[in-house]
Parts: sequence; C-alpha cells; structure tokens
Amino acid sequence: MRIVVNIEKCTGCEQCIDSCPFTAIVMQEGKAFINEYCQFCKACISVCPEGAIIEIMEEGDVQKADISDYKGVWVFAEQRDGAVSSVAYELLGAGRRLADELKTELSAVLFGSTEDAAKELIKWGADRVYHCNDPMFEKFNDEPYSMLLTRLINEHKPEIVLAGATSIGRSFIPRVAAKVRTGLTADCTALEIDRDSGNLLQIRPAFGGNIMATILCPNHRPQIATVRPRVMKRGEYNADRNGEIISVSVDNITSRTKVLETVKEISECMINLQEAEVIVSGGRGIGDAKGFKMLQELAEALGGAVGASRAAVDEGWIPYSHQVGQTGKTVCPRIYIACGISGAVQHLVGMQSSDIIIAINKNIEAPIFNVATYGIVGDVYEVVPLLIKKLKEAKQ
Amino acid sequence: MNIIVCIKQVPDTAEVRINPETNTLIREGVPSIINPYDLHAIEAAIQIKEKTGAKVTVITMGPPQAEDALRDAIAMGADDVRLISDRAFAGADTWATSYALYKAIEKLGYDIILCGKQAIDGDTAQVGPEVAEFLNIPHIAYIRKIENISDKSIKVQRLMDEGYDIVESPLPVLLTVVKELNTPRLPSLKGKMAAKKAVITKMDLNAIGAEPENVGLKGSPTQVKNIFAPQSKADRKVLQGGIEEQVDTLIKELRSLKCV
Repeated sequence: MRIVVNIEKCTGCEQCIDSCPFTAIVMQEGKAFINEYCQFCKACISVCPEGAIIEIMEEGDVQKADISDYKGVWVFAEQRDGAVSSVAYELLGAGRRLADELKTELSAVLFGSTEDAAKELIKWGADRVYHCNDPMFEKFNDEPYSMLLTRLINEHKPEIVLAGATSIGRSFIPRVAAKVRTGLTADCTALEIDRDSGNLLQIRPAFGGNIMATILCPNHRPQIATVRPRVMKRGEYNADRNGEIISVSVDNITSRTKVLETVKEISECMINLQEAEVIVSGGRGIGDAKGFKMLQELAEALGGAVGASRAAVDEGWIPYSHQVGQTGKTVCPRIYIACGISGAVQHLVGMQSSDIIIAINKNIEAPIFNVATYGIVGDVYEVVPLLIKKLKEAKQ
Repeated sequence: MNIIVCIKQVPDTAEVRINPETNTLIREGVPSIINPYDLHAIEAAIQIKEKTGAKVTVITMGPPQAEDALRDAIAMGADDVRLISDRAFAGADTWATSYALYKAIEKLGYDIILCGKQAIDGDTAQVGPEVAEFLNIPHIAYIRKIENISDKSIKVQRLMDEGYDIVESPLPVLLTVVKELNTPRLPSLKGKMAAKKAVITKMDLNAIGAEPENVGLKGSPTQVKNIFAPQSKADRKVLQGGIEEQVDTLIKELRSLKCV
C-alpha cells in the first residue's frame, strides 16, 4: 500500500501538511509530496478538499504468516523479590475478558516466585500457569527472560500475549517480538476484540499523550501488547477456581549479562507510585524538602504515595524515583493531588489519565487547573494542613 | 573501539496539539529536533571517545530531511554519520525499523551501540532492544550511569521502577540511556563548521543488504488503524469560597465518590 498525491488535482493548499501526525508531507514545487515518514494512518485522505490524496494497493503488500494455529490469551505475570506485581492481576482481568470473548483459554506465565503465587494467578482468572522457579529468574535479567518466553510462545502458540508496560516488560518484551517476528504495541490503555476479524484492537497514546492511535497486528501471531499499570481493572477473585500449573524447565538458557546488585531508592513506608491508589505530588511551589514531609503526612492520611514534578526533583527535595511526567513515571491512580505544581505539558502527560485530579495552586492561571476535577486556589501551606486535619477528623 | 549511536528526528511533541473540532494535529511552526533522549546517547558516546579514542558513528533512518539531525550530531562531535534512507523503508513499524538498523549496523561494525531510551513521538522504547535481539547481542535498558568500561566489558547502573540495578555485560552490547546519565554538550564553533562542510553518506536498501520483504510497510507486523483525539474529561470544578469552605466541599465530594 502507498498513500500518494495526485499532482494533477493537488492545488497546493497545504491543509494535508497540518493533518499529518508524522511530518510526512512536504511541499515540492507547489505540490504536496508524501515521504518516508508516512505511517499510512490515512489522516490526510479525509482532509484533502480536492480528493487528491489516494491509497494505492501494491502487489505483495501483505506478508501473511500462518496464524490459524495460534490459540489462547497469555499474560506475563512479572514479580519482584518473589511478589507478583499488581499489574499482573490487572492483566488477568483484561485477559479473562478477551479470552471469554474469543471463547478460548487464559494462561499466565510466571518466572521466579513460588507455586503459591502461581495458584493465586489461577484464583485471579487464569486457566493455566506456566511456572519456572529456577533461581536464574529471581532477579530480572533480559536474556534468560526473553529466551524462555520466546521458547514457550513458539511451543504453545498463543494468539495474544499481554505484559506490563513496566521497566521489566518494556525492556525484554521487544526482544521476544523481534525473535518470533511479530508486532508489539507499547503502553496500551485499552484493548478490544474486533468483532469481524477477531483481531486485537490495541489503543495507545502517542505524541506525549496528545493523540490516541488504534494499532492492529492482522497477519502475525501472537499479537503482543504491553499495558500501563493501573489502567485495567482486576478481574474477580475466586478462591475455588481450579486450574493447571505446568512446571517449565530451563535447559540451555544462558545469560551474558549479570545483575550484580539491586538497590532500592524509595524511602521507607512509600509504595510503588505506579501501583498507588492515591498520589500526593509536590512541585516547585512546595519550596523545600521539608514541605514533602507535609505531603507525606497527607499521603498517609489517604493511604497513598508521594510523587513530585521534575522541578522538585531537580531541586533535590526528593529522589528521582518519585518523579511523575514525561521523563519520570506515568501514573493513573484513583486520586492525584497536585500541590504547588503549575502543570507543564511534560508533567501532565504523566498523570492526566488519573481518575480524579485535585489541584492546589496559588495561581488560578496555572495549566494544572485545565485537567483538574477539583481545583483549589490557595496557598498549599494553608490548604494541605487543613486538609490533613479535616481528613483525620473525618476518620474518627 | 567503534561506537554506533542510533538517533531519530522527531517533531517537538511538547508543541503538538490536536484540534478537537477537526480531529487533526495542529503543527504549525512545530520544529523538528533530535529526539531529546538521543542527545544523551550522543553525549555518552563522545565521553567514551574522549577517554578511549573510540570512533563515534551516528546513524538515523528517515527521509532525506533527517540529514539535518545528522549535521547536528557532527556539530556535537560525531566522527562519522550515515543516513539510512530509501522509499522502501516507508511505513516501517518498530520491527521493520529495527531490522533495517540492524542490517546497517552489521555493515558498519560495532563494539557499543547507544540509543535514547525511547523517542518522544512514539514513546515505544522498542527499537533498541529489538536491534540487540537481531544482532544477537545483550542489551541493557535505562542506563543512568556508566560505572566502568574496558575493551571487553562494561558495568552500568540500570534505572528500575523502585531504584536501580548494577549490571555487567561483555562487549559488544547495546545500551539505551535516560536523561540522568549526562548533560548533552552544545555544539562548538569548530563542530558547527565541520557540520556545515560534512558530506552525508546515504545507505539505501541495497547498501544495507536488507531483504525487501522485511522493510517498510511490507515488513511491518503492526499497522496504524486510525488516530483520534483523547477524550477530555468533563465536569471540572474550581471550588469556591474561603479555604476552609473549599476543603470542606472537597472532602464532601470525595466522600460522595467513596474515595475517603
């Protein structure tokens, strides 16, 4: 397929140039020209007032692999220090829904951790768990992880594989996709089955969250997607659910890289930001490191974690692991409280999908108020202590 | 030692907006830049060069105008550049992009390959690890510090969600880097002069020795079905009254939503 401009019809109005998300249209001698950046999103076709932009099919357009053998939905359940991450349970919720719709089975893949953890995955919705408890898998290491998952996929041929868009999933899943020669869609925020074709519709943000795209992998299997933590809802927990645990051996799995040491940098009593129900975040308006103690107190009152804008991290008031935004973490808690954060685009893309956003800022013009469900215009040092006091009173 | 840096020319996404009425992007005056993370990869390569005398080659896959990004890389101190460009590469997803880069890198020779952790237009973070898999070499993603480097191996700090890991790998290796690794230098006057004069060598489908069915749209397992504007949230409220009243209203609202 190619998208081309019929230069006879093109009037050089340049409307298509603005419509292209990939900077793929340039003007050449007064006419539009579509270059190699074209991703075939077809956004320009509907924009052209002259109907000058057309789609041409070419011979050999589609590389078809034999995909009829591929059955079942898989979830890669990641663990850290033996504990299964909460994104795995969310993926089981999503995977169960997809498997039911496709009338097929849901399997989980667990590397490391215990048989008890594998049984829990069944209670959260899996029909089967492929479990490997070799010590090699205790710590995350790209090579053994990608080798073993690739081997399992080639052996059992699932049609869909889901993994968390975490530092683990985003690092090793691409190797798996490269090896099995299939598509991978990163950071999905929604997954649906196309009723007609049975293909997985993979919806993800692009351009820093400014646009959304639906991605298909029609002719290759499995269809692999990573999903952001806290986007999908957990399924139903059923303590009586039965399933099968298949123990996986690790013959001929080796690694050239060695993980020598794992260092935790999150302060005590703070949970993983991406798994927190509530996040209280501070920005430049907090003024100093002491101010974050106050935010910590508010977070504790709500059973949440503390986040920060890049400005606060750059000032050294709080470690980088707390940073939310384009260069930090993407979070979507139930409640996000932004204290003294003006709301630069780079921060907004990391938190704007939170369910409820509460903004506390002195400046009513601050862009954070544009995304806030509730805005309080006021000094954080007046508002936050009052909020803490009232929340504590409300609890009693 | 040969260092290859893979970069991408991207629109400055901080300036890209969608027009909610027409559902198209507003990109008037949006400049093309080197993907910000890739600047840190170039800087890391130049720092290794300053220590070891390595040769730094910066490559990019893209249309002819991506040449500008390569000139910027020369201005920062790259020894050599390659523009991997061919109509046949059009419409490549991460699989087909990684494949083309792998074929080019194989021709160039390498000990260390550096990439930014992700490009800010797609944010996939997939091309680096996929290139490593194609080359059958290890990769370490999200490098924030290089602790030690020798002819044979490298020791780095890899950023994780809850802290960092110290990871060691033999060479050759592919590393993807985060912003904490370094501060990219500004081009020197000498560098700018060199960038102006440089002849940019192009590599096309034949030059990289790629199979035509593995590149561009044909080689891409994924397709963009459509694009649309994200839903904006309705009912936004700026609370009214004195501070105490606002806080009371907030708590009442949160309670009605069963958040407290």
